[in-house]
Amino acid sequence: MAQAPVLPTGFELPLEPRLPRIGSVDQVAVEARATDLSRRSIKREAKLFALDLAVRMMDLTTLEGSDTPGKVAALASKAIRPDPSDASIPSVAAVCVYPNLVQTARERVGDSGVKVASVATAFPSGQSPTDLKVAEARRVVELGADEVDMVIDRGAFLAGRYAKVYDEIVQVKEAVGDTHLKVILEVGELGTYDNVRRASLLAIAAGADFIKTSTGKLSSSATLPVTLVMLEAIRDVYEETGRRVGMKPAGGIRNAKQAVQTLVLVHETLGLDWLTPDLFRFGASSLLNDVLMQIRKEKTGRYQSPEYFTID
Amino acid sequence: MAELEKRGDRTPAPPKWEYASAPESREIVTLEERYGLFVGGDFVEPRSGEYYETIAPGSEEPLAEIPQAGPEDVALAVGSAREAFENGWSAAAPAERAKYLYRIARILQERSREFAVLESLNGGKPIRESRDVDLPLAAAHFFYYAGWADKLEYAFPHRRPKPLGVAGQIIPWNFPLLMLAWKIAPALAAGNTVVLKPAETTPLSALLFCDVLRQAELPPGVVNIITGDGRTGAALVKSDVDKIAFTGSTEVGKAIQRELAGTGKKLTLELGGKAANIIFDDCALDQAVEGIVNGIYFNQGHVCCAGSRLLVQESIYEPLIEKLKRRLTTLRVGDPLDKNTDVGAINSRQQLEKIEELVAAGKEEGAEIYQPPCRLPEKGYWFVPTVFTNVAQSYRIAQEEIFGPVLSVLTFRTPEEAVEKANNTPYGLSAGVWTEKGSRILWMAQRLEAGVIWANTYNRFDPASPFGGYKESGFGREGGRHGLEPYLAFDRAGSAGG
Repeated sequence: MAQAPVLPTGFELPLEPRLPRIGSVDQVAVEARATDLSRRSIKREAKLFALDLAVRMMDLTTLEGSDTPGKVAALASKAIRPDPSDASIPSVAAVCVYPNLVQTARERVGDSGVKVASVATAFPSGQSPTDLKVAEARRVVELGADEVDMVIDRGAFLAGRYAKVYDEIVQVKEAVGDTHLKVILEVGELGTYDNVRRASLLAIAAGADFIKTSTGKLSSSATLPVTLVMLEAIRDVYEETGRRVGMKPAGGIRNAKQAVQTLVLVHETLGLDWLTPDLFRFGASSLLNDVLMQIRKEKTGRYQSPEYFTID
Repeated sequence: MAELEKRGDRTPAPPKWEYASAPESREIVTLEERYGLFVGGDFVEPRSGEYYETIAPGSEEPLAEIPQAGPEDVALAVGSAREAFENGWSAAAPAERAKYLYRIARILQERSREFAVLESLNGGKPIRESRDVDLPLAAAHFFYYAGWADKLEYAFPHRRPKPLGVAGQIIPWNFPLLMLAWKIAPALAAGNTVVLKPAETTPLSALLFCDVLRQAELPPGVVNIITGDGRTGAALVKSDVDKIAFTGSTEVGKAIQRELAGTGKKLTLELGGKAANIIFDDCALDQAVEGIVNGIYFNQGHVCCAGSRLLVQESIYEPLIEKLKRRLTTLRVGDPLDKNTDVGAINSRQQLEKIEELVAAGKEEGAEIYQPPCRLPEKGYWFVPTVFTNVAQSYRIAQEEIFGPVLSVLTFRTPEEAVEKANNTPYGLSAGVWTEKGSRILWMAQRLEAGVIWANTYNRFDPASPFGGYKESGFGREGGRHGLEPYLAFDRAGSAGG
C-alpha cells in the first residue's frame, strides 16, 4: 500500500540524521513485556554463551570518593584476568573510573585490550557550568581515556530546557572527538518512561555513541523495563537512519540472572547485531564475581564457595 | 561505529544464540489409561459403553480413553445433580458453600503446576500461558465467587435471590480449566448444582478437577462431569436441567437457543467474535505492537475475544506493519511444554483444516500474506503466525471467525470510520482501542458495540470484571456480580437478567 512518510517534510525536526517519531511509552504494557521476556528459560549452553558474553561486555566500575591508585590497580588486574584459575574466561571490556584515576588505570591495563572509561561532566549530578563540563571531558581524553561516560543535565531536562541538554552533549562530543561517548540519562531522576524515551532520542540526536541508564548513585536504575524503552529507541533510530547506537545499563545489575535477562531483552528487541561489546555494555561493580561463579557452576555442575573468587 | 571500525577493534556479533530447550517435566502428571464419568462423586463406566481417544495435539500421541456419554448417562448425571440440590446443597448455609469454593481455589493453587502441564499437554497451549494465565485465573475465579456465596442478599438488595436448581454447562476447548472455573464457581456460589461437559478434545483437566472436588470433600452430586462429543452436549441441553450455560461457536449457540425456546429453561450464551483492535496514530507504538501480538497470537488465536481484525489509522500504517512483522520473527512456535514457547499447537486436526481453508480463501481473494520464517515440528498440528494485509472489509478473512493465529489488517482514516468498520460485523464480543488520548477512549467505548472494550491493553481478564457479548456473540455475563445473576431466580419484581 502506497503510504506517505510518517513525518511529512514540513514537519521534520531540524536534526540530522532524522529522528524517528518521538511518540510515547505505555507504562503498564512496557513493564508487562519486560516481565514476559524475563521469564525466558536460558539453560546449559545457551546460558554459558550469555555468561561469557556478559564478561566480555562488562565495564568493571569503581566510582567512589575513596578510590585510590591501589584500588584501581587491583580492579585493572581483575579486568584483564577475571578468573586466574580459568584461562578460558575473557577479559572484560573496560574499567570505568573517576578522572583522577584514569592515568593509573591506563598504565595498569597497558596493551591488554581492556579499555579505560572515565566519567566526566561533573559526574554524577551534572550541575556545573557547561564550559567546565566540556573542559573536563576534553581533559580526561588527554589523560588517556578511551571512552567518556558523561551525564546529562537532568535539572535542565526536567525544566523543559531540552535545547540546553542537547547543546551540551554536542559540545562534549566535539571536545572528545573520536573517543567513544556514552551519555548517562540517570533514568531514576527522569520520573517517567516517556522522559526516558525522549532523553534517549535527544542524546542520540546530539551524537551519543552509547546511551547509558544510570550513574549507579541512585537506588532506582537499570531495571528491565527502562532498558527495554531505551533499546526500543535505539531500534527506532536504526530503522529510521541505519545508525547503530550502543546501550549500557548500569547500576542495579548485581547477579548473573539479571545479566542474562537483560541479554534476552537485547536479543529479542535488537537482534544478534547488538550482542557485542561494541554495542552493548554492562556497567557493574559486583556483577562480575556472580557471573564467574555461575560459569564455573555450569562447567563443573557445582557451586564453589565465594571465597574462591577475588574481591577487588 | 565508523570511529570504532577506524580503530580496528570491532568485535563481530555472534552468528546465533539458540535457547537450549527448556521443557517442563511431564512427570508431575499421572494419566489413567481409561477414564470414567464423574457422577455422584464417583467415576462410573458409561452406560453407552463407548469410548474415544484423546490426544496431545503437539505430538498426536494418544493420552487416554474417554467415555462418550449417551442420553442415559446424561440423565443419570442430571438426576444425581437434582438429588444433591434437593437433599442438602440448596439448603446448606451460604458460608458452607463458600468454604468448599475456597478449598477448591486453594487446592488449584497448590496443584497448579500439575494442572498447567496437563492443560498444555492435552490442549496444545504454551506452558507459559497455562502456568501464568489459565491456572492463576481459574483459582482467582473460585476465590472471587467464594466471597459472594454468603453475600448474595447484598449483591441483589431487595430481590431475594434463590438458586435455580441444576445447571447444565458446556464449555469449549480453548481454555478448558478456566472455562470450567468460569462456569462452576458462580453456579455453586449461587447454590446450584452442576452437570458440566468439557469439550471433546480437551477433557483431561476437567477429569483431574474431579480429584480436586473429592479432595475438597464437596458433597457427592453437587458437581458432575460428563465427557463426549456434540451428541452428549445435545443430550444435556434436552435433559431435565433448569439452566444451560454454553460457551462455543455461534452456530451451536443458535441451535441451543432454538431447542430451548419455550421450555422456560434459562440460557446464557458466550459465542464467537471477530473483534476489532483499533490503533490510532498517537498510541504508544511498541506497546501497541505487543497488544496486537497478544490479541491474536495468544493461545494460537483460539480465543473468542481475539483481536483478529486489526484496524490501523492510515497515517501510522507503514511503521506499524514493519514493527509487527519484525516482532513476528521473534515468536517461538513449537513444543507446548517448552517454557520458551510463545505459540503452541493448534488444538485439533479439524481446527487446523478450518484455519487452512480460510487462509487459502484470503489468498484467493487477493489479500497479501506475511508469515515469518519458522521451523515447525514434524508431528502435531501447527500453523505459522500469519498476517494478512490489503484486506477488504468484504473478504471472508475479515468477516468470519478464523479462531487461529491469523490477523487481518484493515485501515481507517478517522475515529468515525474506525467505529463504523469495527461495528460492521454480526459479532460484538470485544474490541481494543489504542490511543494516548483519554477522551477518545471514552468516545470510542460509548460507540463500539462490544461487551468488552480494552483500552491500551488486550486479552486482560479478572474475575471481578463481567465478560460477555452483544449481537451474535451471545448474551449474559460471566464474572463479577453480573456473573451471579444468570444462576439466580428472584422473588420480587425485577428482571432476573440472563
